[in-house]
Amino acid sequence: MTLPNKKIGDVLLKVDGITLSFGGVRAIRDVSFEIREHEILAIIGPNGAGKTSMLNVINGFYHPQVGTITYRGVTRPRAAPYEVAAQGIARTFQNVALFKGMSVLDNIMTGRLLKMRGNVLLEALYWGPARRQEMAHRAFVERIIDFLEIQAIRRVPAGRLPYGLQKRVELARALAAEPTLLLLDEPMAGMNVEEKEDMCRFILDVNEEFGTTIALIEHDMGVVMDICDRIVVLDYGRKIADGPPDAIRGDQAVIDAYLGLSHDEPAPRLAAAREPVAAGEG
Amino acid sequence: MDAIANGIVGPFADMVADPVFFLEVIVTGLMAGVMYSLVALGFVLIFKASGVFNFAQGVMVLFAALTLVGFEAVFRSMGLTAVPPMIPSLALTVIAMVALAFAIERLVLRPLVNQPDIILFMSTIGITFFLEGFGELLWGGDVKPLPIEQFGVGSGRYSIKIGGGQVLVQEIDLTAAVVAGVLVAALAVFFQRTRIGRALRAVADDHQAALSVGIPLKHIWVIVWSVAGVVALAAGIMWGAKSGVQFSLSLLALRALPVLILGGFTSVPGAIVGGLIIGVGEKIAETFWSPYVGSAIENWFAYGLALVFLLFRPQGLFGERIIERV
Amino acid sequence: MLYRETGQFKTSYADDQAIFPIAQDRFAVLALVAVAFLVPPLLFSNYWFEAILLPLTILSLAALGLNLLTGYAGQISLGTGGFMAVGAYSAFKLATGIPELNLIVVFLIAGLLAAAVGVVFGLPSLRIKGFYLAVATLASQFFLVWLFNKVGWFYNNNPSGTITAPPRTLFGIMISGPEASPQARYIVALAFVTVAALACKNLVRGRIGRSWMAIRDMDIAAEIIGIRPLRTKLLAFALSSFLCGIAGAELVFLYLGSVETLAFDITISFQVLFMVIIGGLGSILGSFLGAAFIVLMPILLTNIPPALGLAIPIALQKHLELMIFGGLIVFFLIVEPHGLARLWQITKEKLRLWPFPH
Repeated sequence: MTLPNKKIGDVLLKVDGITLSFGGVRAIRDVSFEIREHEILAIIGPNGAGKTSMLNVINGFYHPQVGTITYRGVTRPRAAPYEVAAQGIARTFQNVALFKGMSVLDNIMTGRLLKMRGNVLLEALYWGPARRQEMAHRAFVERIIDFLEIQAIRRVPAGRLPYGLQKRVELARALAAEPTLLLLDEPMAGMNVEEKEDMCRFILDVNEEFGTTIALIEHDMGVVMDICDRIVVLDYGRKIADGPPDAIRGDQAVIDAYLGLSHDEPAPRLAAAREPVAAGEG
Repeated sequence: MDAIANGIVGPFADMVADPVFFLEVIVTGLMAGVMYSLVALGFVLIFKASGVFNFAQGVMVLFAALTLVGFEAVFRSMGLTAVPPMIPSLALTVIAMVALAFAIERLVLRPLVNQPDIILFMSTIGITFFLEGFGELLWGGDVKPLPIEQFGVGSGRYSIKIGGGQVLVQEIDLTAAVVAGVLVAALAVFFQRTRIGRALRAVADDHQAALSVGIPLKHIWVIVWSVAGVVALAAGIMWGAKSGVQFSLSLLALRALPVLILGGFTSVPGAIVGGLIIGVGEKIAETFWSPYVGSAIENWFAYGLALVFLLFRPQGLFGERIIERV
Repeated sequence: MLYRETGQFKTSYADDQAIFPIAQDRFAVLALVAVAFLVPPLLFSNYWFEAILLPLTILSLAALGLNLLTGYAGQISLGTGGFMAVGAYSAFKLATGIPELNLIVVFLIAGLLAAAVGVVFGLPSLRIKGFYLAVATLASQFFLVWLFNKVGWFYNNNPSGTITAPPRTLFGIMISGPEASPQARYIVALAFVTVAALACKNLVRGRIGRSWMAIRDMDIAAEIIGIRPLRTKLLAFALSSFLCGIAGAELVFLYLGSVETLAFDITISFQVLFMVIIGGLGSILGSFLGAAFIVLMPILLTNIPPALGLAIPIALQKHLELMIFGGLIVFFLIVEPHGLARLWQITKEKLRLWPFPH
């Protein structure tokens, strides 16, 4: 379901003919798709389909044996993860990669590291420009904390938070980098209905207010059908479908591989407030 | 310029000039290497089976040797003549090492289950200090000879005729090589074939997961550390026979590290191969390069070699490749 | 009752991120620093300086350096002794080669040289981690000690192989050499470690500290969010070696007077590592607590039995010391793996509530 007035731009990221192998295992086989600016794209598929690996390739953490990635019109050579991050691509992880030894506030501040200019001597003195920079970034991070409603847990060490809150902090950290493209790996895993609604709200807000392009991996089909503009379906490392939610819902290949048959036809439209009744969980 | 050219070409020229001597250096190196392997074996055992890098392996070698000669002296002073005193002391020492394994499991490993690796590593350093003090408290800190002839190993030499000359090999060294070979074979079979071996590999992978499938961690650890203790005893006998039982044996831990890097931390055959390579490499470097570069290269040669390996093949020759996931 | 934050409101982010947000803490620490500078020189005997205060200040500096590298940046290093040696021998060459150079400047340059060496030996850290990195640092440890032993130029070809600190003055007061008073030497060492502690605390609560801790906790995620691993790790090696180098120079000039490479061998590397682990990885305070523990413990062990009326022969004492030391390490690791600093933190949290239980 797309908001009627949403303007989707040109191609932001293009993934072309990617093949990724680990030793003898082919994780991704010849997958191509595009992510357009301002859209919310979902990557779905059964476990082991290569979804997380695909995100890792986009991040520059895995280097595909075949294929190219074109970001903002520039086909990039083998890039290191920090170079990709510097270009404006941020990420959350399936198994919550928060820095457990640091507080929530510090974790989110690490997201600002890309924007910080450094000078060891001044920082050792904690004086002048170094201090002002620190305060400015703190102010920005506080706005994100307000936005995601996590003020109360600012000083809590990240390792001590419950899972749902950890995921939210991870989102905050990704947002702190002011990304153009946000990659979310199962942002709602392990959450209950209310938490999922909150998360959906945040994702939609980020997309609307900041215009951030979002690509997310998600298993909850209710969420996917609701908030995404387009869906890419992977199965055994291959792309088997690519299109808007309605098209995917009815696609036979997708139904066979992942969605399964629905019990009541046609699948009811969902209001965001009601409990999602999916057409079949994969 | 000349000196550098000399330093690079010279040693090789020396090697070619006297091939029999070169061979002798290699053989000496192999023998030294076997000694390293014996110590490294203990490390591999414990690491393979519990994921713990046991820095105390070196001091366990010392402790085993001290206990052995200590008991031997006791039996000798009691006038035991029916059987060489080393035999009953060997039995008692094995029991002592098993008791040590029990103590370590109960007092150190059990309270530290699931702690990060560095904590466990530091705790083994703590064990090292403790055992060093304890061993010397019990048996005294002076250097003691190890009467290996009581096991039927003479102090003679065998001579191998090669080319125009001959290479001398000590009986002790040959015995060490045989012992090492037997141990490796036994351990390899143990790990691959037996049920306990499989359980050990599970434990090394993930303590908690192993617990949750019902593997009795406590028993496993006692078994592993006991076996490592026996391996340490074997190493202790060999080293003690060669150079006397003394404090420096506990520093063997440091000499074994490069062996583990080369061979892979988790590979039993790797410990042997790594040890041999380090042994030969050290001897060759020391004999042929020190005239040009300066003596005592062996202090750091092994580590330099290990560093090179770390940069290009961190898992060692036989270890398992580490693939990272996010 | 005393340790309360009531009435202390923070109205700016700067206040919130201060080193000591609670006023009582600030006061206590300032008082402690003042006491450290003023009281010992006025009251303590020479024994206290030679046996306790000088090793404490010097080794705290080394522990601080190692804590940056291992505690904050997560790079295990067993090469501390080697880097201290670089600092010591550089300072020696500089002081003997350029006699007019102020000793403080000598120390700083020696530190920079140690930092450079640290960066070189830290290069492997991009490809290897954990134990493997520890082994690589051992390579640097053994190599450096061998180098300073072998190459006569480093010890001005002195036949005994030792280096001796030449007499130097600062503001007219002798601070090195046989004439220098322990009080003067102590003040210099204390000044260095105080400034270093403040600088480190500032670094660690800002951008650099965060990038270190990110690399330590989850280096892959850190790289994906934009942290440059090589730069971050090398900076840690550089700063750590800088501090360890100065500590090494201090060891020769301000404490031992005359030193051979044995002072910088693997034993001291382990000593400093213990200080950091027992004191608390990733804690500035921990470096000091750990150093105090390691320095004081042998002294306590030597002095307590006679105080209790027990006479123990020296050899036995040495053995007992080793056993107790090893036992205490294991005990600490079991009871509080985060070290004394964490125990202190827990005490403070209880104090904030005292006399109420919760």
